[in-house]
Amino acid sequence: MNDQLEYMTGQVAKGTMTRREFVGRAAALGVTAAVANTMLANNAQAASHGTPIRGGSIKIGSSGGESTNTLDPALTASSVPLDNLRHLYESLVEVSAEGDIVPRMAESFEASADAKTWAFKIRKGIQFHNGKDMTPDDVLKTMQRHSDENSKSGALGIMRGIENMKIDGDNLIVELGVGNADLPYLLADYHLMIQPGGGIDNPGAGIGTGPYTLEVDEPGVRHGFTRNENYWDADNRGFTDYNEVLVLNDATARTAALQSGQVQMINRVDPKVASLLNRAPNLSVQSVAGRGHYVFIAHVDTTPFDNNDLRLALKYAINREEMVDKILRGYGSIGNDMPINAAYPLFDETIEQREFSIEKAREHYAKSGHDGSPIVLRVADGAFAGAVDAASLFLETAKAAGIPLEIKREPNDGYWSEVWNKQPFCASYWGGRPVQDQMYSTAYLSTADWNDTRWKRPEFDAMLLEARAELDDGKRKAIYSKMGTMLRDEGGLILPMFNDFVDGVANNVGGWSADPNAELMNNKAPIKCWIKDA
Amino acid sequence: MHPILKLIAQRLALGLLLLLAASVLIFVGTSILPGDVAQSILGQSATPEALANLRRELGLNDPAVTRYFAWLGGVLQGDLGTALTNGRDIAESLGGRLKNTLFLAFWAAAISVPLAIFLGLLAVRYKDRWPDKLISAVTLTTISIPEFMIGYVLIYWVAIKWRMFPSVSIINESMTLGAKLNAIAIPVMVLTLVVLAHMMRMTRAAILNVMQSAYIETAELKGLGMLKIIRKHAFPNAIAPIVNVVMLNLAYLVVGVVVVEVVFAYPGMGQYLVDHVSKRDVPVVQACGLIFAAVYIGLNLVADIVSILANPRLRHPK
Repeated sequence: MNDQLEYMTGQVAKGTMTRREFVGRAAALGVTAAVANTMLANNAQAASHGTPIRGGSIKIGSSGGESTNTLDPALTASSVPLDNLRHLYESLVEVSAEGDIVPRMAESFEASADAKTWAFKIRKGIQFHNGKDMTPDDVLKTMQRHSDENSKSGALGIMRGIENMKIDGDNLIVELGVGNADLPYLLADYHLMIQPGGGIDNPGAGIGTGPYTLEVDEPGVRHGFTRNENYWDADNRGFTDYNEVLVLNDATARTAALQSGQVQMINRVDPKVASLLNRAPNLSVQSVAGRGHYVFIAHVDTTPFDNNDLRLALKYAINREEMVDKILRGYGSIGNDMPINAAYPLFDETIEQREFSIEKAREHYAKSGHDGSPIVLRVADGAFAGAVDAASLFLETAKAAGIPLEIKREPNDGYWSEVWNKQPFCASYWGGRPVQDQMYSTAYLSTADWNDTRWKRPEFDAMLLEARAELDDGKRKAIYSKMGTMLRDEGGLILPMFNDFVDGVANNVGGWSADPNAELMNNKAPIKCWIKDA
Repeated sequence: MHPILKLIAQRLALGLLLLLAASVLIFVGTSILPGDVAQSILGQSATPEALANLRRELGLNDPAVTRYFAWLGGVLQGDLGTALTNGRDIAESLGGRLKNTLFLAFWAAAISVPLAIFLGLLAVRYKDRWPDKLISAVTLTTISIPEFMIGYVLIYWVAIKWRMFPSVSIINESMTLGAKLNAIAIPVMVLTLVVLAHMMRMTRAAILNVMQSAYIETAELKGLGMLKIIRKHAFPNAIAPIVNVVMLNLAYLVVGVVVVEVVFAYPGMGQYLVDHVSKRDVPVVQACGLIFAAVYIGLNLVADIVSILANPRLRHPK
């Protein structure tokens, strides 16, 4: 069977067999679609980069690290801790670069017809770094820790939809109150890393099943990892002997470190210098269109933003192309006032793009009957890279349409606790989610904690739940299209641009491939890449 | 008791009192910052339940005064507490950072202080001639450029173009002294350029002042060489103001180099403090503030005592 599969992946690489055919025939051989897709991805990687080379070390210069960081997956929220998680731990399932679900600690999974009951078969023969076998019980305890109301887990919101979890032989059974066809995507959340005993005793110990073990842990400075010789998937991950994540929060320090060869990868290359940096001989700038977006958000239940004409006036008064050119320097794409773009599965390409129009803005502004008092937009540099500049551009175009926009600069410090989700109109960003359901449930459901536009529409909620339990992709797509259009035309979200992930990579790094899920190949670059001259 | 010992004891007691006042100030300062620890730790992705739970766990619901005195009691017993954010022992993590800060400050001082004094003497020797003007022009230029700018310029040439020294100065325990010095070479250069001018100008001014005195003229008439006059007669009498400005700059090297730390990713105390301020980690901020205040007060104390000892009139009061 293996020979057969290998032959077929070769056919796909050559282009004589389509991806769909491959998945179909692989299924005939008893391989699940998800596994078949992984095989394809791995094969494509091998074809384009040659064979992985073992040895050497990769150093990553990363922003988003602080001396207050811990290795507890529940509290992870920024880049450096995420890099650490990917080295040390693994989750039940993962989302691949193509947007498919790839089983990791689960070997396979299946859902009941109503998508209410899910069974995850836990992989056998995997050991934690401390030598203990990973069991279904560890998985269950991990999920319980994150769903405990007393936990501080960032995944608590995800776990709330789960009614019951239990172990049945080798399976973890998850029962939902309302069917959810996207449950595996939710469980691929990076907080839900499997830890021995659920990590209840010592959540920050750094012991997991990942391809690397913890060597050095100096928060805010560096984190070092040595290869886990006992790793179960050594053919695909963990090629280098030693990796180090260096915390380089200063953008210039990062680019200098990459240019002088002290690190092999950096995240968040400033778009302003990306094209200059790309000219350096020993490295390349890699960008990938993602789901992250920069936004201006208005509370639709607060005056004057409770007037849809005023919201439309603001939406028409923003010059999206100019923002992508000047703020993102072309490393991004224009938005359409809905948080979904082509990077999402089931995206409807036919929804009309909103164009910049001073006339329409003026027309809607007149119709809104606004009294002419200043409309205050709060921004801080930390809202997103270039937020203050973007607001100034917005101010100019709004002025041209006669809208009395006024910018109030806020300090970065305390922005997320004092301004965002509190003040009626401010700048913000979203990282995006792997599927539409998760994005909408996080920020646009009436009951969502982070409903930062106060978008509370029963009919929208009903559609979301309907789509969630719908297993027919065509029908789901139609519902999502309606929801997107509704947000675009009535929501409090002004979404001028989707930003790319822009990373810098040294030329001696092999195995780099685009992954739209997050920066640095979904933070997996250091565990999936190798050093060519190791 | 000898009057000098009494004076020193008085200064010490005053220093301790100042330190206590500083700790109160820092505590009040952190309390009136907007936002709270729980929100800052959990960030944008915090749910209300998680926030309430964390707040309760961290004891943030107690009144500020109770928290302050509980902390002060711990400090007096040598216990700085644990960081609210990552649960680590503060004394332990702070110790390593403090060592790094002192290491960088020591080497920057070891190069800049003798260099500044030497250049100052040289400037006096060639007063108003080209060496004097050159020294002043160069040092005043480097002090006028922001330190991060000097850092970037040096990184571009020394680290990227010439590949002489690394641009990332992360050091750790397992490195040899040579490797550590190699790593901090560029930041030491930057700091030297930043502090040079202040000390050099003060040395020059203080000695020139003394040079106007009658006894210098006497020495000159005796036929002594210029450098010998400066070394034996002018410098000892100019030492008090020089020590003062040297101590001020040493204090800057310990407590004020956060920008340089960020540019070179140097694991010193400045970055550590800034991280914890932004997370409202009050115990850590207090501990850092206390150490910074102690360094400042201590160095000024040393400056005071040295100027007393350097002055015979104070050393031998009637």
